[in-house]
Amino acid sequence: MSEIAIREPLVARAAAHRAAWRWRDLRAYALLAPSLVFLTAFTYWPVVQVLWNSVHEQDKRAVSFVGWKNYAAILADPAFRHAFVNNLIYAAGTIIPSLVLALGFALALDRSSRLNTLLRSVLFLPVLVPLVAAASIFLFIFLPGVGLLDHYLARLGIAGVNWIGDPDVALASIIGLTVWKNAGYYMLFFLAGLQGIALESYEAAILDGANAWQRLWYVTLPALKPTVAFVIVVALINVVTQVDHIFVLTKGGPADSTNLILFYVYQQAVEQYDIGKASAATVVALVILLAISAVSLSRSDREAQA
Amino acid sequence: MTARRATIATGEISPQLGTALVIVLTALWAIPFCWMLVAAFRPEMFGGSGMASLVPDYLPTLANFREAWESADFIRYGLNSVLICGGILAVQLTTMSLAAFAFARMRFPGRTALFYLFLTQMMLVPIVLLVPNLRTVAQLGLYDTLLGVMAPYFATAFGTFLMRQAFQSIPRELEDAALVDGARWWQLILHIYLPLAKPALIAFAIVSVTSHWNEFLWPLMVINSPDNRPLTVGLAMFTLGAEGAQAWGVIAAGTFIVIAPLILGFVTFQRRFINSFMTTGLK
Repeated sequence: MSEIAIREPLVARAAAHRAAWRWRDLRAYALLAPSLVFLTAFTYWPVVQVLWNSVHEQDKRAVSFVGWKNYAAILADPAFRHAFVNNLIYAAGTIIPSLVLALGFALALDRSSRLNTLLRSVLFLPVLVPLVAAASIFLFIFLPGVGLLDHYLARLGIAGVNWIGDPDVALASIIGLTVWKNAGYYMLFFLAGLQGIALESYEAAILDGANAWQRLWYVTLPALKPTVAFVIVVALINVVTQVDHIFVLTKGGPADSTNLILFYVYQQAVEQYDIGKASAATVVALVILLAISAVSLSRSDREAQA
Repeated sequence: MTARRATIATGEISPQLGTALVIVLTALWAIPFCWMLVAAFRPEMFGGSGMASLVPDYLPTLANFREAWESADFIRYGLNSVLICGGILAVQLTTMSLAAFAFARMRFPGRTALFYLFLTQMMLVPIVLLVPNLRTVAQLGLYDTLLGVMAPYFATAFGTFLMRQAFQSIPRELEDAALVDGARWWQLILHIYLPLAKPALIAFAIVSVTSHWNEFLWPLMVINSPDNRPLTVGLAMFTLGAEGAQAWGVIAAGTFIVIAPLILGFVTFQRRFINSFMTTGLK
């Protein structure tokens, strides 16, 4: 009897507590709902759609399951193979020089002075302008004969080439534009990384008799390793997701020499109306992006454990 | 700290690595912009070879600007860009603040799983999903509308992540004090969390506006009628048109018109720009 008398309010209180919790849970979900609606509509659902579309074929009357056919079709398509290989060359060709330049800029401009601030701003300027605007400027720079590059190369007695019209050179020109556009962005991360190095490590190195080059090699560069890893991830994502300059400068040509995977997706969807191939190529791009994220996550996990 | 840093850093290899070399490279980096400026004010030359000169050896004229201005409706494009960026940012601020508050300050079943689900958006970059998103936008009746350009960006995992961090660093005592005073949860967000998270908000706003201002491929696909073009699409179409006419000075003027607001913003808020690009990392 007395036991029940004691338990009853307890139970009631617990129930009230649970109800309160459920009510609060509901509120949390309500706060997440707006984001979740948009994420579902424009991130999760489209992923399901491209996966589904990539194994189906659509014509005017019906939709039919075709298995790997679309994937086989893009693999057999020279344009896609070009785009894929170009993307690899484009990645290596932009990321390595951008990184080296960005690191060099950051090392040289680490100290705060009026001049250094000005130089940093100039190097950062290309990051701000739309890729399309950069491409509009470079359209003239790359112009054969009277363009900026050829004009000044001729003064130096060097014969220019058809920068974006020659299939052997076009991708290199696009790479040059991308390096110009992104190096200043990556420089910012290296500047931040340099600020994070403890002065004590330099003092210790000086006491140990390390010269300036040795300090760069044994103190500065090892300390910047995480920054390098981070910048590579950012740069890889840029290489997969930014193709605006291709549209203005070359449209993927000549002879697909500057086609990239995302631009191929655009072409298939907008010019060929081939949703199957566009979807299959999208899946390839998504797999690449997920692989980049997975590698960078496992790396940071390992570093966290070490 | 900085003074100490400066004295020690003088001995580092970095300055010796060649301030001179970097100055030369920086000059090289500035050349495209210099050419744009010089060419934009150059009198018409009909694609002559002098077009490439970086020396302003002429009487400056606004003829190129006049022609660019007349052949493309930059005011309208600019207004569209402003509407797109403003609309995206306004909705993003709402959705991400609400979600960030839930993740930062509430306990509920499935919180971790949902948080990871959010984070997947940072890998599945929206632009890659342009084919299915175009179909969704069309099905929603938003094809060829500014709203259609904005919709895929209304939820932002990145912003949520940034705001969650900012909210978590705010002492709970402030919230408790406000609760004692009888504040409701939305008052907490509006009067305590958002004002204190202002630096993160500004950083996010700068990165969001710049990236959508510069976006091209997605609006190119969604927008059909010229009146709804944002600046980037307008500029690309204008450039492709003027390229045929070899009107390089006009292209330079048009490009100048498009990037001037950004550069003006950058020069005014330089430190903020640089800091937000640095703290936010991914665009």
